[in-house]
Amino acid sequence: MDDDAEIIAEFLVESHENLDQLDRDLVELEQQPDSRDRLSSIFRTIHTIKGTSGFLAFNRLEQLTHVGETLLSRLRDGEAVMTPAIAEALLSMVDTVRALLDVIERTSSDADPSVDVAPVVAVIEDLLAGREPSSGGAAEEPVVSPAASSAAPPDLAPDPAPDPAPDPVLAPEPAPVPASHPEPHPAPHPEPEVHAEDGAERRSRVDSSVRVDVDLLDDLVDLVGELVLTRNQLIQRSLASDDLELVRASQRLDLVASELQESVMKTRMQPIGQVWSKMPRVVRDLSHQLGREVELVMEGHETELDRSLLEAVKDPLTHLVRNSLDHGIEPPDVRAAAGKPAKGTLSLRAYHESGQVVVEIADDGKGIDPEKIAAVALERGVVTRDQLARMDGREVLGLIFRPGFSTASAVSNISGRGVGMDVVRTNIERIGGSVDVVSEPGRGTTTRVRIPLTLAIIPALVVGEGAERYAIPQANLVELVRIEGEDLERQVEDLAGAPVLRLRGQLLPLVPLAGVLEDGGLPGDEALTVVVLQSDDVRFGLCVSTVHDTQEIVVKPIGRQLKGLAMYAGATIMGDGRVALILDVAGIAATAGVGATQAEVVDLKAGAADDRTALLVLEVADGRRAALPLAAVARLEEFERDRIERSGTAEVVQYRDGILPLVRLASAIGLPDTSDRSDQVSVVVHETGATGGAVGIVIDKVLDVVEVEVSASQVGRRAGVTGSAVVQDRVTDLVDLAAVVARSGVSA
Amino acid sequence: MSAVATVPTTEQYCTFWVSGLFFGVAVEEVQEVLRLQPMTPVPRADEAVTGLINLRGQIVTAVDMRVRLGLPPRADDEDPMNVIVRSRGEVVSLLVDDIGDVIDTAGVDAQPAPSNMPREVQDVLRGVCPLPDAILLVLDADRAVDVATAPDTTGGTP
Repeated sequence: MDDDAEIIAEFLVESHENLDQLDRDLVELEQQPDSRDRLSSIFRTIHTIKGTSGFLAFNRLEQLTHVGETLLSRLRDGEAVMTPAIAEALLSMVDTVRALLDVIERTSSDADPSVDVAPVVAVIEDLLAGREPSSGGAAEEPVVSPAASSAAPPDLAPDPAPDPAPDPVLAPEPAPVPASHPEPHPAPHPEPEVHAEDGAERRSRVDSSVRVDVDLLDDLVDLVGELVLTRNQLIQRSLASDDLELVRASQRLDLVASELQESVMKTRMQPIGQVWSKMPRVVRDLSHQLGREVELVMEGHETELDRSLLEAVKDPLTHLVRNSLDHGIEPPDVRAAAGKPAKGTLSLRAYHESGQVVVEIADDGKGIDPEKIAAVALERGVVTRDQLARMDGREVLGLIFRPGFSTASAVSNISGRGVGMDVVRTNIERIGGSVDVVSEPGRGTTTRVRIPLTLAIIPALVVGEGAERYAIPQANLVELVRIEGEDLERQVEDLAGAPVLRLRGQLLPLVPLAGVLEDGGLPGDEALTVVVLQSDDVRFGLCVSTVHDTQEIVVKPIGRQLKGLAMYAGATIMGDGRVALILDVAGIAATAGVGATQAEVVDLKAGAADDRTALLVLEVADGRRAALPLAAVARLEEFERDRIERSGTAEVVQYRDGILPLVRLASAIGLPDTSDRSDQVSVVVHETGATGGAVGIVIDKVLDVVEVEVSASQVGRRAGVTGSAVVQDRVTDLVDLAAVVARSGVSA
Repeated sequence: MSAVATVPTTEQYCTFWVSGLFFGVAVEEVQEVLRLQPMTPVPRADEAVTGLINLRGQIVTAVDMRVRLGLPPRADDEDPMNVIVRSRGEVVSLLVDDIGDVIDTAGVDAQPAPSNMPREVQDVLRGVCPLPDAILLVLDADRAVDVATAPDTTGGTP
């Protein structure tokens, strides 16, 4: 009994794999109906299932695959021509086979009446007899068709069991045989050929591969991880040793262990084609259903990644493909009207790039309109008007990944039924991947999914803080910056206790690692080592004491006593056998309160208060306060006073290979100018529009950045000032930026 | 007097001392006992979490029983021992002062912990066994390793 169960289990696994292949083959066959290779491959698959089902006494499954096989053999022998009706019948046969297999998996028998094979069998028999099935499909069966039935039996001969127990349901089958028995075999050659091929194929598959329990593979990976660590320890020791033999042996161990590690990791690698094999069928069914014409192009299906990851990306990828068909590619008439070929193209591309697997899903459909996205996001309360104003095009497109966003105006049963893009993103990010969208309205959309090759071993940068080492996943690493001496004073600013770094004109929030771990500030006075990190849309600089090196680390889980600590992603073991913690970049960003996460939290707290504005509070004219919207501030700069030159009546400085016109804010808002009192002048750089023009607004000093609900009053309204407001309990002038910029002579 | 054969499996205890108290953990829950191991501290973790140790490639969290139970800290020159216990599918190390024998409590019934014991200690006990020469505090390993997971809920390190 147990033996049986095992055989059935094997049969199920093999059949499911074969069916995936079958789906793909059938769809391809529809496009190139005369491909003998495809036909042979399909025939073989069905033949195998039929053989085994006969052996295991799954009569209904056998009956179904038998008629399917007969139809296929006829196609293969050129006695029948592929028609949409035949394709439909074959696909529905595959579906029924799949349903039967599911039943077998549950009940170990195919007798469950919930799956009815009779209709499919009837349709195929109709096709075989040259009758029109229920409707449509002009199946022009050649007159010789019954001959195929006589051709079929030799086929069955090598089969282990089907014939001894002639199924009553098969009765109508043999009927036509006598009618045309004198007909000679039309194509005797392909038969033995196929069998030889069949045999070779089976042998090679059986002999050259073994099924291995995944748990066993996981154990192997763990063990190899440990071996690698032990090797690292041994090598460190042997380097200090005089024993030549030991050194030689450990070097050999080093090599062998590395190769072993690679091989073991490879055992878990599987081609992404395994996930893709379902796509042709998905695309075919959907495009029929939606009335689209779509050509599916797949590239790089041999690209491999860890099987656990493969499993995890299956659903997200399918969802993205569905989305492309539903929202991307237009119906043929719309496409024609837009001057595009009626048939849309959906391309799937997979490739390796810097230690990651990239999967691109690209369509040449109508693209995504950022304005529409913005409007919908506003309407559904996904963002506030204020946040939206600060977003660039890419960020606006990224809104489709936010929870609560779905552009499907009508909920179709294809996409937009709860499994939104936010779920896609969550699932991809859970496995350490990322997803982003680029789109050109009218031209198409490309979604790019990045997935790590494997979760078990990742490249990481090891940094030091205090007496300990910490590993930072390389996937989050953007660059390393070291700032020394004078640069330190010029490039690192303190904005109300929040350190920021001027990095190529951008202000980068700095987070001292010491502060994340203990309560420390920025390390050292002489030099600063900044690891620039990126997680989702958040980019920040992590200040560390020392940078060690990059190495491959084996990621290990940490106990539940530490689960509440968001800044750790796990732990690993270093070459010396000591444990080092792996930092979670997203967690650090959240803990330190940098980036988008914080803005959202603030918004939640503020409830409906959408009119909160971030303001840069300045001091001008000897203690008077003024404020600019932070969104208008590109950078903060300091210049030596003697760098200010004159061009006509205007003051300018040479700045980043150009000339930056200066406006003294105090004079612009009608106050006495006191910004010249020190040798350094503070300048707020405001970029005017997309042309890249900039104006430097000279102030006394920056006081603070605040986020407040501005209740402006008309008091103090004058040239350059729109009014005043109480900010931090002090009356503050609200600067009329346009008027101030106008004074510089630069058009806003 | 004579041992009454009841369920033998729950009556064997691996014993150890923490600040003069005599504890026992059921032997099935103990994986092994180790000397002090090199330890990596975990900043911002609960005070009782002393650090992480590498147990043949597995990362194990070490919980100092003295801190966990609110007992006075160990003298600097005393090295704790690791009692490695299995708890809810994870392996955790209890840092204790010294290791005792494996003892059999057959015939001695466990009683509820005396009500005047400190709350922190009572909370992690299954009961106490008054043996002839000592009182064995039977530790519930699951509860003993259950330290706060959320940071900043307790005082933590300044």
